[in-house]
Amino acid sequence: MAIIGGNNGIILTTVEEVLSWGRRNSLWPVSIGLACCAIEMMHTAASRFDTDRMGIIFRGSPRQSDVLIVAGTVVNKVAPMLKLIYDQMPDPKWVISMGGCSSGGGPFPTYSTLQGVDRIIPVDVYVPGCPPTPQALLWGILQLQKKIKAKQEGRELKEIPVRTPTASFPIKG
Amino acid sequence: MELLAVTIGIVIKSLIFIIGMFLLAAYLTLVERKFAGHVQQRPGPLHVGFHGLLQPIADALKVLTKEDIVPNFVDKKLFYLASLMAFVPAIMILAVIPFGEPIKLFGLEIKPYISDVNVALILALAFGSISIYGVIFAGWASNSKYPMIGGLRKAAVLIGYEVALGFALVGPIMLAGSFSLREIVEAQQGFFGAFIWYQPLAFVVYLFSVLAETGRTPFDVQEAEAELVAGYNTEYSGMKFGLFPLAEWYIATFVLSALAVILFFGGWNGPHIFGALSPYIWFLTKLFLVFMFLLWVHWTLPRYRVDQITEIAWKVMLPLTFLNIFITAGIVILKG
Repeated sequence: MAIIGGNNGIILTTVEEVLSWGRRNSLWPVSIGLACCAIEMMHTAASRFDTDRMGIIFRGSPRQSDVLIVAGTVVNKVAPMLKLIYDQMPDPKWVISMGGCSSGGGPFPTYSTLQGVDRIIPVDVYVPGCPPTPQALLWGILQLQKKIKAKQEGRELKEIPVRTPTASFPIKG
Repeated sequence: MELLAVTIGIVIKSLIFIIGMFLLAAYLTLVERKFAGHVQQRPGPLHVGFHGLLQPIADALKVLTKEDIVPNFVDKKLFYLASLMAFVPAIMILAVIPFGEPIKLFGLEIKPYISDVNVALILALAFGSISIYGVIFAGWASNSKYPMIGGLRKAAVLIGYEVALGFALVGPIMLAGSFSLREIVEAQQGFFGAFIWYQPLAFVVYLFSVLAETGRTPFDVQEAEAELVAGYNTEYSGMKFGLFPLAEWYIATFVLSALAVILFFGGWNGPHIFGALSPYIWFLTKLFLVFMFLLWVHWTLPRYRVDQITEIAWKVMLPLTFLNIFITAGIVILKG
């Protein structure tokens, strides 16, 4: 976005920029929870942390949502259903992998658990934690917004957090 | 020549009403989300624009540019038709709703309504009943079990409450002696002339019916998220989905609140303390209060079961309206 001639009220922008702004400010996740991470996800949406501040409301139907938050252990039995839900979502769509289990199997290196949800669907943001705190999930959502913006600007965003936010170390800025 | 001028005038006025209603409905979503947030002790949309003022624009941009999925197994014609059938009748009611008295501006007489027909109330009810087809079509055409159940539930609720709504409106009509919404407003002069003082029973039934027709909480069985995925619009994506909540939750609620103001709260009557604008200010203030009351009910109460809803409609609301009609008729005959 470019502002011409100081403060005389002309703002130049492109369609892509406006659309990317609209998309990153109205990310609607599917309400699907797989394990204990789902409790933290619900907590993020509830009164204390309130994702609606950023325009994020949970939709029931995958046809109407933009983000799939994989919240919990993906066992082999639920993996096909998760893939189906991902396929049912309309483009553009993003995936947040929440917690150690969905990012890489977590504490379950067993025959019945999928070792990382990125084996079946592409993942945009990995949120570490077991389970991640609501602060951490909010951090993940903010990272996703940054990533959408960076993609529109032709950059690539690959940030590795020094320390994920927790209750005692909240996000700064 | 005169006919041409009238036609152009009506076209321009309709465009203003439709575009205005679109923008208003978009911002009513923000009003509802803010209100819901504060009811639940959270701020609601806050970071997109000043206190979320740009949130509806972001949502609209996103929904409009979303991929539009039409599943393979749906009945394509009905699938497309359903979202229009839900949306168009809701906005068509605006054609008969007066927002004030005609005013003189630059020598032109400007009427703040599209048409003043003498059967306006019946037309409004008829348009309201057409929108039931949108819901049934959406449920049927999706060819999927949750939309089907949601559509049938909504149809059951609508059929029950349409009857009660129609009979509830008989009371104000008998008192005013007219179907024209303008004449009904003119029949209510003064603070104690408003029909709410004479028709409290009809007003209660009307409120219940509005909540049921617009699918708000005590009666929102059609998209009970815990049971049905998203109700009858589960298979819809993009703007085809966007039209359903826009029509049902915002435009229909707005229009039915306007009817409530006209029928029970004396429309634009009020003390002339704002000069020439006072009828509009009174009308919009009352409308906003009724709308906020409906939101308040929505975000406070839990949900009825399906069987309880139809039971209330047929066993409580309908007899109440009959009682109201008999009492009103008796009083009208006695007073002459």
